[in-house]
Amino acid sequence: MNEASVPILRIGGNVLISLQSDLDDTAVVAIESAIMREVSRSRTTGTLIDVSGLAMVDSFIARVIARMAAMTRLLGAETVIVGIQPAVAITLVEMGVSMADLHTALNAEQGMAMLQRLLDGRPARAGEAASPAMR
Amino acid sequence: MSAVIEVAIPTVVDIATEADLLRVRTALRQHAVAAGFGIVDQTKLVTAGSELARNVLRYANRAAANLRVEAVQSAGRTGLRAVFTDQGPGIADLDAALGDGFSTGGTLGLGLPGARRLVDEFDINSAPGAGTRVAITKWKR
Repeated sequence: MNEASVPILRIGGNVLISLQSDLDDTAVVAIESAIMREVSRSRTTGTLIDVSGLAMVDSFIARVIARMAAMTRLLGAETVIVGIQPAVAITLVEMGVSMADLHTALNAEQGMAMLQRLLDGRPARAGEAASPAMR
Repeated sequence: MSAVIEVAIPTVVDIATEADLLRVRTALRQHAVAAGFGIVDQTKLVTAGSELARNVLRYANRAAANLRVEAVQSAGRTGLRAVFTDQGPGIADLDAALGDGFSTGGTLGLGLPGARRLVDEFDINSAPGAGTRVAITKWKR
């Protein structure tokens, strides 16, 4: 699979990426690059990564997801990972992969709500009106 | 300990390119489903296999490496055994390689120890210049 088959959906100032099917390492890194380009190109404030389509997340894929979250934060965006399958979560914990630094939510709807809370808690960028929750 | 008997024709998957990473995961998933493993054990076996296959691709120079998956029986239990064999440079310090956070490849160092935690049995044989053989077994619960 190539990065062209990764649809990046824009919703307002947020982007939603849905990871699907079985990904080899090259595909995972290509998706990471595509997301970074999109976040830096546009005024993205929030990134939602939906991993419900992944039946397996090994330590490499987990590391790239964590790296994406860290890098998007450096670009001024928050990232929430949604839809981790229960069997995947159990496997990651038993393997010893820490996802403790990541924001996670059950599904896209709750992920969007979490993104909004995270963004409400931040100082406004220059040229942006403070959100109501800031007052 | 009772003998472990192979009970079905094994599947062999060559590990030479990154596409083989997907073939390894698919073969393990199919065997795990056929063996009647639950979704959590399927996922653990596939994940452990993915870690081990990546190690082969990263460290073993892809020299005549493969995975052999077979259904096994022992003492009334049924399970799956997956054996990863390569003719690569081997591992000089097995104890270190099995410890968390040890990596010569700039990664998290969770490949071998992580895979070990996901299966019931984990056997590794390796020596410098003599390749590496890792056998993992997961029993049906």
